[in-house]
Amino acid sequence: MSPESLSQIFLSAALANNFVLAMFLGLCPFLGVSARMDTAFPMGLASAFVMLVASLCAFGLNLLLTLFQLEFLRLIAYIVVIASAVQLVEMILKKHSPALFRALGIYLPLITTNCAVLGVALFQTAREYSFLQSLAFSLGAGAGFTLALVLMASMRERLQLSDVPGVVQGTALSLMLAGLLSMAFMGFAGLGG
Amino acid sequence: MKDISQARNFDEFMEGIWRQNPVFVMVLGMCPALAVTVSAVNALAMGFATTFVLVCSCLLVSLMRKLVPKEVRIATYIVIIATFVTVVDYVIQAVSLELYETLGAFIQLIVVNCIILGRAEAHASKHPPATAMLNALGMGIGFTIGLFALGGVREILGAGKLFGVSLFGANFQPWVVMVLPPGGFFVLGAWLLLFAAIRRKKGIPPAESKGCHVA
Repeated sequence: MSPESLSQIFLSAALANNFVLAMFLGLCPFLGVSARMDTAFPMGLASAFVMLVASLCAFGLNLLLTLFQLEFLRLIAYIVVIASAVQLVEMILKKHSPALFRALGIYLPLITTNCAVLGVALFQTAREYSFLQSLAFSLGAGAGFTLALVLMASMRERLQLSDVPGVVQGTALSLMLAGLLSMAFMGFAGLGG
Repeated sequence: MKDISQARNFDEFMEGIWRQNPVFVMVLGMCPALAVTVSAVNALAMGFATTFVLVCSCLLVSLMRKLVPKEVRIATYIVIIATFVTVVDYVIQAVSLELYETLGAFIQLIVVNCIILGRAEAHASKHPPATAMLNALGMGIGFTIGLFALGGVREILGAGKLFGVSLFGANFQPWVVMVLPPGGFFVLGAWLLLFAAIRRKKGIPPAESKGCHVA
């Protein structure tokens, strides 16, 4: 078990080692859904929820796999759990908020291939976090992911109003923006240890 | 007849390297592309690992394309991919522990690299094994070239070295931000800018990240 405190883990995962801007996890939805605020925020929340569920399941699964000495199945087991968790979120959203379900469209099932979700499960295993530490880690990662997505979306909304040279438009510009944002987040270095 | 089929094979192979390059044109699989490319060696190792997984999974997916029911195909592909990633994970651990520790969890994260799932779904599931493997090999090499272009530039600018060999002598002041996370975004952005400029000159519309639209 690692000795870090819960608040340290949370802050580090959310800010100093932000999943998107410092660890490059979950870039596909970060660039794909961040064009508009009203899809970015729900997408962030949905991903954060899947991260939480996946992290809890992964913790239990890891105990079980270690018990039976089946560690080589870890990756396959995690992926299957995440796919099921995504299915669950999809069903909940479809029932309670059909409008949002349509807005998120293709990106919902793609949370399965969001490396941030698998990243949470893999990193908590590699760092040998306890149950509460895993919980803090997944909550921090989800909060950090949502924060990055919302910041990026608001910047890109402003950008649509400005006059940008044609060559720069598109992904190149988004990447430059992300670079600046990532530089700003480097200011959090040291926070949470 | 033979000439035509040979030309087509060559086309399948070259598609991933140039016209549909996964890093510069399709802008796919960026998470590992940015995370591990702080040095040229890391970039090449990641590229080769991904290529191996890509070729093996596409071969298996192509062989099984008539057996797998349509409803469970994505799940099947993911399990196939995860199997090969586990193989690569253990092989790298056995060959070079040092490399294994630098790449860390990113080897296992090859599973969710959308290039692989994308190829399995869009190409391998519709083509015979030989074609699928050629196409996958081209994509893999294209991805490796892309990673090397990122890792090489970042290592030269950020550390003044290439493959660990110092290039500029003792007076070089390294541009440290290039090996830090923001540098990854900046270098990829700059490469995309270059490609956008080339495309514009040729009158092709600029590349737009389509994200991982596979399902």
